[in-house]
Amino acid sequence: MLQIKNLNKSYGPNKALSDIDLHVPKGVIFGLLGPNGAGKTTLIRIINQIIEGDTGEILIDKELLNPSHISKIGYLPEERGLYKKMKVWDQLIYFARLKGLSHTDAKSKINFWLDKLEISSWKEKKIEDLSKGMAQKVQFISTIIHEPSLLILDEPFSGFDPVNAELIKNEILELKEKGTTVILSTHRMESVELLCDQVAMINRSKKILDGTIKEVKKSFRPEVYKISLRALKELLPREWIAKEDEGVYHFTLPLSGKTPNELLSELMQYGQVSQFQEVVPSMEEIFIHQVKATQHG
Amino acid sequence: MDKIWLVIQREYLARVKKKSFLLATLITPLIFPAIMGIFVWISLEDEGGEALRIIEVVDENKMFFLESSEQYAFSFSNTDKEDAKKMVQEGDRYGFLYIPEFNLEDPEGIVFYGEENPSMSLISYLENNLRKKIEEQRLFESGIDPKIINEVRTNVGIRSITLDEKGKETVNDATVNYALGFLTGILIYIFIFVYGNQIMQGVIEEKSSRIVEILVSSLKPFQLMLGKIVGIGAVGLTQFLIWVVLIGTLTTFVMGYLGMQMPQQTAMELANPELAGSIPQTGNVAEIMQVISGINFLGLVLSFLFYFLGGYLLYGAMFAAIGSAVEAPSEAQQFMFPVTIPLIAAYMGLFVFVLNDPNSSASFWLSIIPLTSPIAMMGRVSYGVPWTDLVLSMSLLIAGFLFTTWMAGKIYRIGILMHGTKPSYKTLWKWIRTSQ
Repeated sequence: MLQIKNLNKSYGPNKALSDIDLHVPKGVIFGLLGPNGAGKTTLIRIINQIIEGDTGEILIDKELLNPSHISKIGYLPEERGLYKKMKVWDQLIYFARLKGLSHTDAKSKINFWLDKLEISSWKEKKIEDLSKGMAQKVQFISTIIHEPSLLILDEPFSGFDPVNAELIKNEILELKEKGTTVILSTHRMESVELLCDQVAMINRSKKILDGTIKEVKKSFRPEVYKISLRALKELLPREWIAKEDEGVYHFTLPLSGKTPNELLSELMQYGQVSQFQEVVPSMEEIFIHQVKATQHG
Repeated sequence: MDKIWLVIQREYLARVKKKSFLLATLITPLIFPAIMGIFVWISLEDEGGEALRIIEVVDENKMFFLESSEQYAFSFSNTDKEDAKKMVQEGDRYGFLYIPEFNLEDPEGIVFYGEENPSMSLISYLENNLRKKIEEQRLFESGIDPKIINEVRTNVGIRSITLDEKGKETVNDATVNYALGFLTGILIYIFIFVYGNQIMQGVIEEKSSRIVEILVSSLKPFQLMLGKIVGIGAVGLTQFLIWVVLIGTLTTFVMGYLGMQMPQQTAMELANPELAGSIPQTGNVAEIMQVISGINFLGLVLSFLFYFLGGYLLYGAMFAAIGSAVEAPSEAQQFMFPVTIPLIAAYMGLFVFVLNDPNSSASFWLSIIPLTSPIAMMGRVSYGVPWTDLVLSMSLLIAGFLFTTWMAGKIYRIGILMHGTKPSYKTLWKWIRTSQ
């Protein structure tokens, strides 16, 4: 769907993106992660043709990025905005038509979405008379009204209450089912693990990792095991730093070159092993770890 | 192109549909005829309704006789100063005029006593009458019959006619040209300021509410800027056209009403020679009509529309660029100088140079330089201007607005996405240079 090759962009002496390579397959939800100022917004703006990259290529469906792609992309920026004095209906028509829909198409699609999100009764209301959550729904409709094949959402859940966030999440998943490719830029890791099939992480203008969630987690397995022991025969070595809770000792141990089986049989000498589980890092831990690593490096 | 059209439509409809637009459009043209109407009404009321004011004259020379008018009656009852004062204090008289004994060559010490401040017109009425009497008396004393003087008094008026190469004669009158140049120039000045500001406000609104990020993912910043400028310009033209129609009908209506009251009015003026002097005499009306018919109205209207739009586009782009660089209208002040200074210079130039001497070299340059020409050239056009000057000025104005639009486009496309930094002229210059 989307391929980015060797993309570079500088603002004066500051590098915003250096040699970014990305491949976003069709029909996935792709998480674009990175701390503030990493270059995510710049990358998104380049894909949206708001600004131009210095060097490198961007292909959409194997075609070099060009103005005809505007109607294929839907973009929800992090900082949302609607005309406060404009009516919901007029506003949606305007955005739909700017994306290239005919007036008739725009009307029927807007009606469909207003019904679907149960906000038909707000049609004639001005944005300034709506609550923030209501305005967000309108904003979401304006992003997807032209049925984009590539949807770029920058922090889509910020500003939503949990009920509406759930609603939007389900809409995103439904769009994915229909074949829409979604790029989700966020630093809320719980939504990444829940929604994304693939991720890429950007820090300080460079891509520092990418792949499917599984692959990423696998490569960051720190080979540490979480252990619980009962009915002690011998004293535990001091360096294990165990916590006791009603005769059960909890602690973690690295493999340190051993196989898990070797470690387990070693543990069995100390007592009854009630838990022996590999510690899998959360995306959040990987994120923090990676950001710190690149900052020190 | 389609997208620019969409933006134009939105900008136009969003403003025209507002209640404030409707109010401003309907009320503004009412103000002018309404004020005129109120004045006329008051003066008509004044005349009929007010009681006659009696003024006592205490003349120690026993020489002056003042004719009573509709408003003032003069009484000569040989009272002395003290009695007259008492009469005023008791409210029997509106005031009294004290004329001490004096030398005719050096009349001094004339005083008007009244219980309130007398009006300018009363004082000048008294002064004129006394002056005339004294002059007549002095002429008489030096052996000239005042009647002869009245007979030889003549009115001189110079008609001015321009001759073109083909020998066509056009009657003109500097006053009419002055008025037309003044009116059209000022209109363009106001139009640029009012609607330029609307462009700026609109850009700031889109920038600060972050709508712009969504918009520029659908169309080019330049299209957005152009659409906004054209859309707001169309609002201005609409408003202007409505005004022309409204003022036209209302003025016709008011003038028609006044026309019926006219005989009384002229009678009043004729009774007061000083007032009549400031108003063209009836014989001149035909001449003014002739002057007006001699003006090339088609040319005037066409060049007005050209400079109206040209000036608006030239400055509109600059207003858009300023709006894109700042985040609140209050921050815009620092960038307003390049816009306000030439506009005010053009405005001042229109009065100081162009309208007084449309062919001076200052007038020439003011009407050629694109930043001042939209206002200054209108002053010259009303007098008639060589077509070479007009073509030069118009082409420079077109080049000028293409240039400002191009420059503004460069500032705009970067400015609208910049947040949190306060730009200076230096950063604006950097934006112009760095954008592709």
